[in-house]
Amino acid sequence: MSTVVNIERLGVSFATDAGAVKAVDDVSLKVERGEVLAIVGESGSGKTVTAKTILGLLPETATTNGAVILSNKAGTSESDVISLSKKQLRAVRGTDVAMVFQEPSSALNPVYTVGWQIIEGLRAHTSISTKDARAKAIEILGRVGIPDPEHRVDHYPHQFSGGQKQRIVIAMALVLDPGLIVADEPTTALDVTVQAEILDLLRRCRDEFGMGIVLITHNMGVVADLADRVAVMYQGKVVEEADAKTLFASPKADYTKALLAAVPYVGTGTASAIERAAKRPADWLEQAPVVEASGLEIVYPGRFGKPGFQAVGGVDFVIRPGEVLGLVGESGSGKTTIGRAIAGLTKVTGGSLRVLGHEMNGVREREFRPLRSRIGFVFQDPASSFNPLLTIAECVAEPLVIHGRASNPAAARKRVDELLEAVQLPKAYGDRYPHELSGGQRQRASLARSLALEPELLIADEPTSALDVSVQARVLELFAELQREFGFASLFISHDLAVVDILADRIAVLYRGSLVEEGTGAEVLGAPKDPYTQRLLASLPVPDPVAQAERREELRRLREAV
Amino acid sequence: MRALLIIPTVFILVTLVFVLMRSTGDPITAKLGGQLPADQLAERIHAAGYDRPIIVQYLEYLGQIATGNFGTTLTDNRPVTEILVTYGAATLELAFYALIVAFVVGIPFGLIAAYFRDKGQDASLRVFAILCYATPVFFSGLLLKLVFSVWLGWLPVSGRASVGAQLQMELLPNKTGLYTIDAIMTGNPAVLGDVLAHAVLPAIALGLLTAGVFLRLVRTNVIGTLSTDYVDAARSRGVSEYRLVRKHAYRPALIPIITVIGLQIALLLGGAVLTETTFEWKGLGFMLSEYLQARDFVAVQGIVALLAVIVALTNFIVDIIAALIDPRVRY
Repeated sequence: MSTVVNIERLGVSFATDAGAVKAVDDVSLKVERGEVLAIVGESGSGKTVTAKTILGLLPETATTNGAVILSNKAGTSESDVISLSKKQLRAVRGTDVAMVFQEPSSALNPVYTVGWQIIEGLRAHTSISTKDARAKAIEILGRVGIPDPEHRVDHYPHQFSGGQKQRIVIAMALVLDPGLIVADEPTTALDVTVQAEILDLLRRCRDEFGMGIVLITHNMGVVADLADRVAVMYQGKVVEEADAKTLFASPKADYTKALLAAVPYVGTGTASAIERAAKRPADWLEQAPVVEASGLEIVYPGRFGKPGFQAVGGVDFVIRPGEVLGLVGESGSGKTTIGRAIAGLTKVTGGSLRVLGHEMNGVREREFRPLRSRIGFVFQDPASSFNPLLTIAECVAEPLVIHGRASNPAAARKRVDELLEAVQLPKAYGDRYPHELSGGQRQRASLARSLALEPELLIADEPTSALDVSVQARVLELFAELQREFGFASLFISHDLAVVDILADRIAVLYRGSLVEEGTGAEVLGAPKDPYTQRLLASLPVPDPVAQAERREELRRLREAV
Repeated sequence: MRALLIIPTVFILVTLVFVLMRSTGDPITAKLGGQLPADQLAERIHAAGYDRPIIVQYLEYLGQIATGNFGTTLTDNRPVTEILVTYGAATLELAFYALIVAFVVGIPFGLIAAYFRDKGQDASLRVFAILCYATPVFFSGLLLKLVFSVWLGWLPVSGRASVGAQLQMELLPNKTGLYTIDAIMTGNPAVLGDVLAHAVLPAIALGLLTAGVFLRLVRTNVIGTLSTDYVDAARSRGVSEYRLVRKHAYRPALIPIITVIGLQIALLLGGAVLTETTFEWKGLGFMLSEYLQARDFVAVQGIVALLAVIVALTNFIVDIIAALIDPRVRY
């Protein structure tokens, strides 16, 4: 074993208009060859800054102290990244250390072929001929599992799927055979089933190529799946460092304990769903459903005579009063489209969708408008769903004013204060502007806004996916509380089975525009029947290295069975 | 598919020009009103058919245009088509040279400004850009003439060629009207030198106007692409800073730039009218101002319609080029 990177007493601060801000404070870490070190923490913990320092990729406003000693793969040379000149840095990047980015679609230049981009990296460091470089690019693409690499090498990034793009980004990192790969949230932008494949590929990087990997992530499941050692960062400091098994089995720092406790587990929501079901009135099943879809089809029109794109094809489901239906699926499965169709934001093109007793197929905006006050909508990104020029109170008051419950935002203030209280935000926050609130606080305000008119139906589209785990846990708790109190029916859309499980009475699994499985949490998660649901469930990494190793085996069996 | 969109565009433009020109009255009254007694005027109007319903005239006009007949000028009785071909070539030549100046000045300086963002080089280039597009062409044109023609005497004051060179080119059996090509065909380097010398100042005066816009455009777009993940990703592979700007940031930035360039060409043609009058460059713009002063609306209508068609065509070509650069919209 040899050390590939040795971070000693690293401190990074950024010069801002408000003075210097310390992002990383006295961090010391080491990575050996063939070892995966996971750095976990929430946003703002300094994990990404630490990772970028290893490649010298910090912006000019950053000042660093301490040392980052990087060795080459053979262990024959050493250099301190912090004191290197620009030219020396360039020589180190790609050859000694390479990086894998979070969002594969934006890490590849859209106007050059993937082959061109791989070859460029090769030729930046070696005097290899174009022909040899191309052969090498084809070889590495094949090794990361891109089918037909001889042909695909000339394709542009947009011609690959998200998972393939991440494979290509990894191929670029591997091509010069560096000793260390820094992977910054490499699977966060990917679907769970694809995530499992990319984690397998990174494992191969470690085992076959003998690389050290620094894995930056906020997902404890990913850590449990891949990491050998874990460093937990909080507010720029390492609060705990241990090997993976020890950390998960007996976390020492309070922060680590809290972090682990906040991770949603599949199976936690089943009990409360049963409890809720028992309390329902006897005639509940006979009550008119809030939403009823039968043979629902939604086709997006194509451009200029090209055929349209079918996002949803023949879906049936019902949501009864006061019931939470969890809708799970991967990106592109049509889950958001269904949510938008129920809110009247997307046109229904076939079948029937009845919302609060009104048929949505062929509905006119004027007929639908009165219904809007009975439907609430919570958006995925709390940062972009508020008008930055209005205060929180004005934003929350908006639906009240529009639907004539108040003459102006000031008159609605009393109701707004009640709502803010309901979502556990101090009243004074009403006078703040959206950018003055944290992500979790904004999402609470978003909930307050959607509940302002006491809707019978609330559509929540991935309301927690932009939030940190601990914040997510609090928002989910709040959602469950509000649902009990207000008794609205809800369509809860998420890609995360564990999140849906906490809240939903029933879960529907969507795959490529059709519903493959529907039932209570116990049915769908306890004994999934559809092979896709089984794969989805098995792909979800659990925050426990021992259990995760078993699950990995099971997933492999499932994949081979396909 | 997109090519078909040109047809309605051109149709609407031609109609608009026709309606606007006719809303002020018929061409004969415009030209001769007040000079002739009312009965003679009415007679001439009747002879030319301008007293028929406007819709009939419009349909007839469309029919003529479709067969390439733009009518005959009122002032000097020349077919408008001939004017369009002769002077259109001159304007095309000027616009071409101006575009070269705009590219050669605007794009590299834009890249430099983006690379040295918010530093001294960037600040001075931005001031330069503002001066470029804020200075009216007739002023910068006069200034250039004063310095390079009058004081230094390096370049000719006006015109497209000196008399001797023009004569040599007139004698060519199959002349194109594009002086640069004609000059090459005479096989006389002196003629070519003369033609090019005449083009320098007008091309700079007109080109700088657009160069300023290009500079700002390239700077903003390249700064935008420099902060993308894929530039950081390329940097993490050890790609040099020069290459990052030159290859990774520049080419994706070109896509919005090309689109705006299409719009700029319309402005360039508008600027050509001023440049041509300043330098007595006998092109469409020069003739347009001549015919406007003479109130020859048939000629004006023809020239404006042609300019409109050129702008529509350029925008179409620009769309195609943008699609070639962006693999995502290739079809």
